[in-house]
Amino acid sequence: MCRRTTVALTLAASLVGMPSALAQSADLRFGNPTRFMPQSGEALYAAVCQGCHMPAGVGAVGAGAYPALTNNPRLAVAGHALAMVVKGRKGMPPLGSLLNDQQVAAVVNYVRTHFGNDFRDEVTATDAQALR
Amino acid sequence: MSERDDTTMRRRDLLALVGTAAGGAAMYRAMSSLGLAAESTYTGPIRLDGDAKGASVLILGAGLSGMVAAYELRKAGYRVQVLEYNNRAGGRCWSLRGGDTYTELGGATQRCEFDSGLYFNPGPWRIPYHHHGVLDYCRQFNVALEPFIQVNYNAWLHSQRAFDGKPQRYRQVQADFNGHVAELLAKATSQRKLDAAVTLEDQEILLTALRNWGALDENYAYKTNLVASRRRGYDKDPGGGLAGPPIPSKPLALSDLLRSRMWQSLIVGSNYQFQTTLFQPVGGMDMIARAFTRQVSDLIRFNAKVTAIRQDAGGVTVVYEDTGDPGKPLRATADWCLCTIPLPILSQIEINVGASMQNAIDAVPYAPAVKIGLQFKRRFWEQDDGIYGGISYTDLPIRMIGYPCTGYGDTGKAVLLGAYEIFGTYAYEFTSLSPAERVAKAVEDGSSIHPQYGREFENGISVAWHRNPSVLGCEGNWTDEMRKQHYENLCAIDGRILLAGEHASYWGGWQEGAILSSLDAIGRLHRRVLAG
Repeated sequence: MCRRTTVALTLAASLVGMPSALAQSADLRFGNPTRFMPQSGEALYAAVCQGCHMPAGVGAVGAGAYPALTNNPRLAVAGHALAMVVKGRKGMPPLGSLLNDQQVAAVVNYVRTHFGNDFRDEVTATDAQALR
Repeated sequence: MSERDDTTMRRRDLLALVGTAAGGAAMYRAMSSLGLAAESTYTGPIRLDGDAKGASVLILGAGLSGMVAAYELRKAGYRVQVLEYNNRAGGRCWSLRGGDTYTELGGATQRCEFDSGLYFNPGPWRIPYHHHGVLDYCRQFNVALEPFIQVNYNAWLHSQRAFDGKPQRYRQVQADFNGHVAELLAKATSQRKLDAAVTLEDQEILLTALRNWGALDENYAYKTNLVASRRRGYDKDPGGGLAGPPIPSKPLALSDLLRSRMWQSLIVGSNYQFQTTLFQPVGGMDMIARAFTRQVSDLIRFNAKVTAIRQDAGGVTVVYEDTGDPGKPLRATADWCLCTIPLPILSQIEINVGASMQNAIDAVPYAPAVKIGLQFKRRFWEQDDGIYGGISYTDLPIRMIGYPCTGYGDTGKAVLLGAYEIFGTYAYEFTSLSPAERVAKAVEDGSSIHPQYGREFENGISVAWHRNPSVLGCEGNWTDEMRKQHYENLCAIDGRILLAGEHASYWGGWQEGAILSSLDAIGRLHRRVLAG
């Protein structure tokens, strides 16, 4: 039934026993209605964050704005980024219930080391867990 | 209030007193005892009696809540002006038609390619029979309504993991689920396993009721026969003449049904907000927005982006800029400000309210809902599948297919709702796709339910609400805990500022919430002005 219209839009109907190489790809999008299935920071960013912060992290401006993540000094404080992902605030929805601790850490580390950011102090799943 | 003595006190004033003195719960009890609160807090057109003494109100946002307030406050003698970010009024009460363009955050512009007369409602699309506020304004402004079909017994329920991915008719899933459960309960009753819970006398009635409810035979069995087929349908329908006799159909097995999880979709139409009868405006939901706009368009300043809301003892000053000429601050002033700006945006605007209201503004996240409209060459769902209006449900990311509840039997092109997910991961993941990818994904998913999609699809358009420039989300996503902490603070009058919109209601995401919240706010504002 899964006639593919684009390569990127593979249905990941059953994730059990998925090889780990594939588990790192963006193809795990649309895998589960209540949990995000991509695992790497890059794949999670593409599946979730870029909806508002845009693929290149430049944010967007309308009646309100989504902040750019590019060269963003607020990302210097790892705890701030962690708290935003887990609990949300203002326009940012809380994503804590849709991500596990490893995923939270992975996406925070990804954003803090990409888009012109170079914050090398990595956060861990334990840091994410402490916020819950 | 001070002008009136007890003998002239009207019911509304009594309620206001009770509300002030004892809080909302006491007021609700009082309303119930007066017979007002049975269904809605809407009790007929609002009456803002008394002299407003030329007081002025600046309304931010020309969605339904803003326009209701503008309409009613002007009628009551207030001087009113409205600032609106978009170049149109209506907010989320909105329809897209052929020729319309929509630019989402990030800059992607979609041009709607629908044929003339076809539309899609990216926001609200149904009006329950008990949403008296919406219905009454439709009546006042002559907005024609037609039935919205929520439950269609011939629509599909689909799961990738059940019945080999083959969709099942709603009618059959419901009849079989009820039938099997009724049979089980009848067995438990006959085996005296319910003696502790049900008296013997009632057990007899219960058995009769179970037989009636579940379409059981004289032995309390649910199986392949004409009794069950009168619920689930036949292998061959009753006919005429020699082709008359029907052939009964065979129920699905209980275990398959339970594991399919399709029973989850059976209760939707039993929920209060989705019960028959629901309505939709003839021609698109924005017929309501247009009707309000006809009343108040002369009060609205379009393309106005608010950047600051400042109050002091003398009044309120709102700083804004024209979206076509940014960087040049403009000012609007009034005695009072009714702000209906969605919270994700308001939380980013400078506003000098107290900490409790500011915390409430900052706390409420907005749901990511995504809707996709698809145009097809013909109504294959009617012509091939016998589905006239209503909704098919699936566990695929599109979650549902909503068929047009109008124009039945038309042989031309038609538009259906090809995806609608509000809260879950799929809504975020759809948002992260480009508009063209979203439509492609909706067509791919829908093909699992309607194989005709591939041949008949023509074009589509999507609205991912987190990327909507004037809302940044679909609706306030309150939790019970959040409501306890912030709801009253959000709705309270802070100096000269008060808020309205679906986010300041218990009908979150519904137009009724926007209207009731607005009426509640201007009622309180008016009492404050009279007490002045």
